[in-house]
Amino acid sequence: MTNHWKDIKNADVVLVMGANPAENHPCGFKWALEARNTRRAQLVTIDPRFTRTSAVADEHLQIRPGSDIALLGGLVRYILTNNLHHADYVRAHTNASFIIGERFSFEDGLFSGFDEATSQYDASTWEYDRAPDGYVRRDVTLEHPRSVFQLLKQHYDRYTPERVAQITGCSEEDFLRIAKIVCSTGTADRVGTIMYAVGWTMHTVGTQIIRTAAIVQLLLGNIGRPGGGINALRGHANVQGATDHAIVAGILPGYLRVPQPSQTSLASHLEASTPQPLVRDTANYWGNYPKFFVSQLKAWFGDRAQPDNEFGYHYLGKMEEDATWLSIWDQAHQGKLEGFIALGFNSLLAGPNVSRLLEAMAKLKWKVVIDPFMMDSAEFWKAPGMKPSEIDTEVLYLPTTHWIERDGSFTNSGRWAQWKEKAIDAPIGVRSDTWILSELFWRVKELYIAEGGAYDEPIQSLTWNYLNPREPTMTELAQEINGSDLTSGRRLSSFGELKEDGSTASGNWLYSGSYPEAGNQMARRATEDPTGLGMHHGWAWSWPLNRRVLYNRASADQDGAPWDGTRSGIAWNGREWIGDVPDYGRTTPPGAMGAFIMTEEGVARLFSPLLKDGPIPEHYEPVESPTVNVLHERVPINPVLRWYDGIRETLAQENDRHAYPYPCTIYRVVEREHFVTSNVPYLVEAMPDFFVEVPEGLAAEKGIENGGQVRVWSRRGEVQGTAIVTKRIGPLTVNGRTVWTIGVPVHWGFVGITQGSMANELTPFIGDANTGCPEFKAFLVNVEAVEKRG
Amino acid sequence: MSTLSIKRISATASPAPGIRSTPEYAKLVDISSCIGCKGCEVACKEWNDLKVEPTANFGSYQSHKDLSAHTWLLMRFDEVEMSGRVQWLIKKDACLHCEDPGCLSACPAPGAIVQYENGIVDINHEHCIGCQFCVTGCPFDIPRFDKETKKVYKCNMCVDRVEAGLEPACVKTCPTHAISWGSKEDMLSLAEHKVDLLKDRGFENPVTYNPAGVGGTHMMYVVPHGNHLADYRLPANPTASPLPLTGLGVLKRIGAYLLGVGVLSSLVHYLTIGPQAAEDLHPHDH
Repeated sequence: MTNHWKDIKNADVVLVMGANPAENHPCGFKWALEARNTRRAQLVTIDPRFTRTSAVADEHLQIRPGSDIALLGGLVRYILTNNLHHADYVRAHTNASFIIGERFSFEDGLFSGFDEATSQYDASTWEYDRAPDGYVRRDVTLEHPRSVFQLLKQHYDRYTPERVAQITGCSEEDFLRIAKIVCSTGTADRVGTIMYAVGWTMHTVGTQIIRTAAIVQLLLGNIGRPGGGINALRGHANVQGATDHAIVAGILPGYLRVPQPSQTSLASHLEASTPQPLVRDTANYWGNYPKFFVSQLKAWFGDRAQPDNEFGYHYLGKMEEDATWLSIWDQAHQGKLEGFIALGFNSLLAGPNVSRLLEAMAKLKWKVVIDPFMMDSAEFWKAPGMKPSEIDTEVLYLPTTHWIERDGSFTNSGRWAQWKEKAIDAPIGVRSDTWILSELFWRVKELYIAEGGAYDEPIQSLTWNYLNPREPTMTELAQEINGSDLTSGRRLSSFGELKEDGSTASGNWLYSGSYPEAGNQMARRATEDPTGLGMHHGWAWSWPLNRRVLYNRASADQDGAPWDGTRSGIAWNGREWIGDVPDYGRTTPPGAMGAFIMTEEGVARLFSPLLKDGPIPEHYEPVESPTVNVLHERVPINPVLRWYDGIRETLAQENDRHAYPYPCTIYRVVEREHFVTSNVPYLVEAMPDFFVEVPEGLAAEKGIENGGQVRVWSRRGEVQGTAIVTKRIGPLTVNGRTVWTIGVPVHWGFVGITQGSMANELTPFIGDANTGCPEFKAFLVNVEAVEKRG
Repeated sequence: MSTLSIKRISATASPAPGIRSTPEYAKLVDISSCIGCKGCEVACKEWNDLKVEPTANFGSYQSHKDLSAHTWLLMRFDEVEMSGRVQWLIKKDACLHCEDPGCLSACPAPGAIVQYENGIVDINHEHCIGCQFCVTGCPFDIPRFDKETKKVYKCNMCVDRVEAGLEPACVKTCPTHAISWGSKEDMLSLAEHKVDLLKDRGFENPVTYNPAGVGGTHMMYVVPHGNHLADYRLPANPTASPLPLTGLGVLKRIGAYLLGVGVLSSLVHYLTIGPQAAEDLHPHDH
């Protein structure tokens, strides 16, 4: 989240899209209702289904799965053609005025720089136009034809209400009714927020969906302001913390970069990773990258990280093959992966195309599952249809503590790191994750010491200074993450103290300041709220630097006066900024630099040359779609996707549309938490069985009865369960044809109190062009009633 | 429970009024803020140690088809169309704790159903004879008979928690504050505020459901579409004394007599010594 949970209460309009917080974030969702109930905020859901969130919303709009960019692009056009943007904000805080180079173009679904042979873009054609001094040319009138503002207008001019309706399936009138509400916050006295989740990320255009939302919010002047923002609702209680600490492939803790093979020295890695300012007046905070990176190496390798060995840079792996989810399982499927350690998730049920995953798992020599519960991925060889006698994989199951049985911190969606105490003791014989991982480390290290071996330096050099080196405490780890001055031993109070000369260490620069000498800030529980906006600076600690709203400099105008005095993020009083922890120096005067301190532009990017699939989001169909792409038939889907071998054959082909006519989407329900709650009797009782949601009209057509059994199948697999025949999914008219949507929940498998079909039998093995996140949310199926057995 | 002042007892003359002023509590369910998460349903089962029942999806998000002796609170899900728009009506179904409880009036077993001064209506299973008259007497179809124990069960408003100064488990659990708890007076004024808010949000017929026919209830609802009470499975005009049971008053005196001297003597004791002795009626509840 750019903002935080409680801040949702400050919004005038709450758009929920690509998320279903009533279902998946019921506790946080109360703040949306608080906004509705105390500010008369309008709560809008846009979703393929009328959800439990929609049940309490003011408005709901049904769209086809995978048509999000068309809808959001339609909003961008609606804002620009009706002049609803927050003009002063856009001029002051975005790159609307930046001029793009002449090589940039967009034609017939392709941006400039596309290489047919590699299916990749040469992003250099999207670069800014630079003046001789090296800085970007700007036109503050926003009139220049190659200004970002004009290019946006031109790009989204095609996204007329007619087109939006044709692609998404909603009616023009309904779109316009919703657009009027959502786009009503482009003024100083109104603010709107967007809540999204994996309903956006799990598409082949996931990153670009979120970018489109960012464009909407920037045009409306809603980023950086209390009550505004783009707010990602994270999955489990600590997914944000896990991401901050590098659970995502391609990053190191604190969003530092994994070294590339071409970066053969520390200097070359730092040079490639440290951005140069594009304008004179930017803080360009990522310019501090070397301090963060070297301090991290010091935290990991301690005294073994010295200037003469490039601070241990060569101990780090240089990742040639990306290690995203799909790539890992593709390697396994090819028989190139020997073993797999799964910790903290159900690696079988959580991936797309379960049959393919099962084939891949059966090719592993060994698999280790570390989890509080025995689960499907540890017993994959028992899955329906598997022949255990033909599987050689050795599976080791290590029972570990549940989070309720250990202390530590959770970082919630709003970036608040909150320390928690252990609630109950673990069962006898169950070990903590830290014990298991420490033992793994020590036993490998001891093997190296006893027997020697190739490339032992990284293991031999790893710092492991804990009171009990076989099981570090969470407090020790938190302090190590916070970092310290290596000369004095003093723990740091901010990442502003980090140095690139090796005199400081920090396991994750973002968390520097969470555990200073003053004590564990994450454990604070002061409830005062002097801002009146729910910031609660004395409650826990949020990164960075206990800031509650990111980019909060943009909550004020160029002179530092808040856009809305009743919802002031930070305000300049002539000497210093007051309010939230400013993302500007506390005494840095308003005009000194751009509001968006993390970008080399100093402002927010409406146009971003950093993504693989284009600088301006464009609607591409899901890889399995019931329609042609009416914007450009020749380029129907994201042109730069990574296609693993043998995957095209697992997708419904264009001429197969009659065989798989229905878009399908998968999701969770509030009664269950992913797969772990299949062990909790009361929750199984509350939502016992796998089910399929079938629209009433389609059910009538197909003779499907409510409560009867149905079979749903895709090109990849099938599921069977109880039909919930519902009015909550209506027919859509997509490109002139009636389209019905099917819905399937994910929580079932073959282990647990009740068993049921695995939703991911159906889903395609293909991911987002930037993140590799699989396209779980939009694919094609067919459905039929099943005769009752017996 | 022994410290709670009693207002009415089944098949028994009303106790002498106490001199302590007892707050009258109420639970307010704001349907417009309920997301149907079933947190309350599960909390109810956990707090009251109700056993897990095997369930099966029957074409709904609803967990059980109906309330039971082991499920005192059920979230009901109904899809309806109103003025061309789909509405998903999600309603918390449980005992409403009537001011004029039909179950208590119908009950022939002395002491089996009590109404406390705080408004809670509770079944005392020690004295329940399993006749199920309360089931018939309830205008909301709430109490459920258990064939194994031959007793009737329903929500007791977590009377043990309330006595200890806590809110009922469902209230405590509700993540969206859709369930509120407080004095009846405060809940009525909160309901009024919520109804005004709904009108402000464009709802044409929001109402507070606190039906006069049963003297009002200690679980009330704020109903967004008050002109569609039937869709919420709420009777429009519930009354405490359904006609077919008018002769019951006489019957239950006889029933009480037949129950024997033991019960009668405690009743006499109660009537002569006063409410304090009501302890004797709840020996297992300490």
